[in-house]
Amino acid sequence: MALHNLTLTQISKGLEAGDFTSVEITQHFLDRIEQLDKGDNGLNSFITVTPEQALADAKAADERRAAGDASTWTGVPFAHKDIFCTDGTLTTCGSKMLGNFVPPYDATVVANMKAQGAVCLGKTNMDEFAMGSSNESSFFGPVKNPWNHETIPGGSSGGSAAAVAARLVPAATGTDTGGSIRQPSALCGLTGLKPTYGRCSRWGMIAYASSLDQAGPMARTAEDAAMMLNVMASFDEKDSTSIEQDVPDYTATLNNELAGKVIGLPKEFFPESLDGEMKQAVMNAIAEFEKLGCTVKEISLPSTDLAIPAYYVVAPAECSANLSRMDGVRFGYRCDDPKDVEDLYKRSRGEGFGDEVKRRIMIGTYALSTGFYDAYYVKAQKIRRLIKNDFVKAFEDVDFIMGPVTPTPAFKAGEKSGDPVEMYMEDKFTLSCNLAGLPGMSIPAGLINGLPVGLQIMGDYWREADMLNAAHKFQQVTDFHNAAPQGIE
Amino acid sequence: MALDRSDVTNIADLARLAIAEDNIGQYQEELSSILALVEQMNAVNTDDVQPLAHPADAVQRLRADVVSEENQREKYMANAPAQENGLFLVPKVVE
Amino acid sequence: MEWEVVIGLEIHAQLATKSKIFSGSSTAFGAEPNTQASLLDLGLPGVLPVFNEQALAMAVKFGCAIDAEIGKVSVFDRKNYFYPDSPKGYQTTQLHHPIVGMGHIDITLEDGSTRRINVTRAHLEEDAGKSLHEDFHGQSGIDLNRAGTPLIEIVSEPEIRSAKEAVAYFKKMHSIVTYLGICDGDLSQGSMRCDCNVSLRPKGQEEFGTRTEIKNVNSFRFVEQAINVEIERQMDILEDGGTITQETRLFDANKMETRSMRSKEVANDYRYFPCPDLLPVVIDDEYIQTIRDSLPELPDQKKQRLMDENGLSEYDAGVLSATREMADYFEAVAKTCGDYKLAANWVMGELSAALNKNEVDIKNSPVSAAQLGAMIARIIDNTISSKGGKDVFAALWEEKGDDVDALIDSLGLKQVSDSGAIEAIVDDVIANSPKQVEQYVSAEPDKRGKMIGYFVGQVMKASKGSANPGMVNKVLKEKLDAKC
Repeated sequence: MALHNLTLTQISKGLEAGDFTSVEITQHFLDRIEQLDKGDNGLNSFITVTPEQALADAKAADERRAAGDASTWTGVPFAHKDIFCTDGTLTTCGSKMLGNFVPPYDATVVANMKAQGAVCLGKTNMDEFAMGSSNESSFFGPVKNPWNHETIPGGSSGGSAAAVAARLVPAATGTDTGGSIRQPSALCGLTGLKPTYGRCSRWGMIAYASSLDQAGPMARTAEDAAMMLNVMASFDEKDSTSIEQDVPDYTATLNNELAGKVIGLPKEFFPESLDGEMKQAVMNAIAEFEKLGCTVKEISLPSTDLAIPAYYVVAPAECSANLSRMDGVRFGYRCDDPKDVEDLYKRSRGEGFGDEVKRRIMIGTYALSTGFYDAYYVKAQKIRRLIKNDFVKAFEDVDFIMGPVTPTPAFKAGEKSGDPVEMYMEDKFTLSCNLAGLPGMSIPAGLINGLPVGLQIMGDYWREADMLNAAHKFQQVTDFHNAAPQGIE
Repeated sequence: MALDRSDVTNIADLARLAIAEDNIGQYQEELSSILALVEQMNAVNTDDVQPLAHPADAVQRLRADVVSEENQREKYMANAPAQENGLFLVPKVVE
Repeated sequence: MEWEVVIGLEIHAQLATKSKIFSGSSTAFGAEPNTQASLLDLGLPGVLPVFNEQALAMAVKFGCAIDAEIGKVSVFDRKNYFYPDSPKGYQTTQLHHPIVGMGHIDITLEDGSTRRINVTRAHLEEDAGKSLHEDFHGQSGIDLNRAGTPLIEIVSEPEIRSAKEAVAYFKKMHSIVTYLGICDGDLSQGSMRCDCNVSLRPKGQEEFGTRTEIKNVNSFRFVEQAINVEIERQMDILEDGGTITQETRLFDANKMETRSMRSKEVANDYRYFPCPDLLPVVIDDEYIQTIRDSLPELPDQKKQRLMDENGLSEYDAGVLSATREMADYFEAVAKTCGDYKLAANWVMGELSAALNKNEVDIKNSPVSAAQLGAMIARIIDNTISSKGGKDVFAALWEEKGDDVDALIDSLGLKQVSDSGAIEAIVDDVIANSPKQVEQYVSAEPDKRGKMIGYFVGQVMKASKGSANPGMVNKVLKEKLDAKC
């Protein structure tokens, strides 16, 4: 089998067995990136590729292994979403605003991977400041979906999704504020997990909406996602919202039996309007879980429809303040010849931010302004409570909640970019997890018209191990996760 | 709530975003439609609901009062668009 | 029309923590620009705050000291505004759930009466950096060393009625925070700053008039001047039938005027909302009680003790307890010499006169409390006279020596307290003054007291001033009375 078709777990084992060196496999992936990602026909899934650093790290990893000091991750190649600060390496967050920003420090997730000797190949493309569901808002150009170059890969972690789907890297980090790991994972046929809020440190992860943002793995299999979460997750004293809780070995429980587990199917996730093929794909996947001994139960999450309106107050409000530091004074883009400080702010920000970012900043600014705060912001926080309460109640009776990740498979590039509200509807099934702070994942559930779709698995707080276990058992008896875009093999 | 042009320019001013005159109409339309979406929240009564600011019920952790940072001015200021003598430069600030 | 002045003060006090409120940078004053600005203080992308436990403890300490409600759940909010010295584009502060709720302090006015001023609240927040306006080719320089220094903002009720009361309130707050050791109180370095809200209303009217806010007044004297100047300005406008504009003003001490700040700007909308990077700060009764139990003696308590236990007058006790520096100095002197009243006389007399005359702050006094105490002890044990004490004090002030005993020796101020030696001189003087002895003996007994002065003078002269005057008096009286 070609090296790039190996999963993360297989690469880790191959390195351990001495089947290949880290330098060899790193070079192999770097060559693929060069061939498939660049130029007019390339995927454009990377904003920055760091071959020299990667090869140096790979060499160091091989030496570490020779010295008998290797871990599961030593020498294993992967990529970071360009939202994570990397000391000495350009970190743009998909924006012109940070087009020249070289962080002087590492994000905790970055440091965690580094400490294991993992080899980062570069920084993946994304919607600007993680705002988008199609990767069309990146200043560095849209990303193509490897399954069909005319369609979008999803967003905001679209670069990570496309890169992993095209086997340019075996896995990549992502972040999920309203579905930004799960939706592109679904649309590119990957296994992606957004952990419980507070599981992965947010230190060094450029904030979009602080109370919703959470980092997580994007890989081909549940086993790989578990291996990755083992390292990404940590308690971090530098992040006040990081929760002091031990990180279990997520790979240790992958093969637990599922018999007796109860799956809740919220009727709000299967509306009349849901695409028939999508519904069929999800129900087929559920049937597999039944075969594995799970029972299925219809439940209700009555506030589901309020997730979109609440999210589009909370996230913009937080981002409107989070992005105020982008002012052209200490780092980042500065306009030419500002005539005074106000001009410096207005033009640097007006020229440095793209349309979607400006829209969300303006919505957030409006929602927080005098006279509207209670009607918008406080109201949204109350809705947030209702959404959380729905889940808390539901998880008294069920182990997992399942449903679709997206309403449809990947849509055509440009199809929704003219209408922000229509684009927002793309996230209707993923937002509530973020508002409640719950873990959610997407696993491949087949193809519709040759394009992958995902099954969403939601668990109770801190139940990532159970979710990965369920996903892994599913992948033991199904083949969806092994499907690859045409021409990739 | 439908915004008018002056709402858009006021919001843009508050957010310090330069917006081209030609684009105000488009923002007006887009922001109004987003607000219409957002106002679906009004369909439910939330009078007795406590707002939720954080998903977790955790409380603030405290840091010991220790000086743990060293001077790294050169590295930290390397991204500055304009600097002199260890200061960030901006157009003259008038009080 | 007769106007009533309404004043409310907002005092910002920098907390004396070692590190900043949300980062591990030093808060030390005077470092090279931006050398104490961490990733967090610079507001770089991706950074996150973690709250300093000492900032919390100090704020709670303050709350306990002013007998305030302590917020068991306090919440940090973001106050959004753009300014170059505000690196994140918002200030982290507390709006709806401050750490300290309603409390009060008592101020003493010049006539000796006291007034209670209620304190609405005190909340924690971060300080901003500094914009330096020296000419950098027509630009301003930004130094973020101060950004993130913890502050408590202490907000009074609008109950202050004159500039003098405002100063008394500010001084009392200064005294409380320095007694508590939660602020170094150094106004010249900006450790305490005061915003003064001033308005006027016709006497008897309940409704407040429109107020103006004078920002960042940084000395006691300026608070008084700024408020008086602003009262006059407002009164002139109102008397002429004009209206006051609600605005922020700046005090110019050179021109003795206040002037409008940022008047061109539209009213700011701070868009406060709970900071999602920080969780609610939750403390329990035990935490509060532990802090309450560890409070040091506060100015009012010290004053009472100096009166009740150490026998000082109310006035003296008030002066000596008014500032932490004065109180610490005085108590050190008193403990060294063992006599509170004598110590009070010296500190309020000789020392205060010298400090005032030379415009020296007590903390920079050339005469240390240990030296002054040692010197007073030598008066008490009769080694020197009070007059000799003044000479020693003058020598110490002029830094002619450090050691009190060595100075007494070198200045030849040691009193003769040897009774044999004094008796010999007394005998000599009596023998050489037959006429005066005669007068003494023949005088009415109640007139003799006055007449003894002559003999004392002679003895002191003969001893070149070194004889212990108390002993001289005693021996003279014995010997003269024996002749009657």
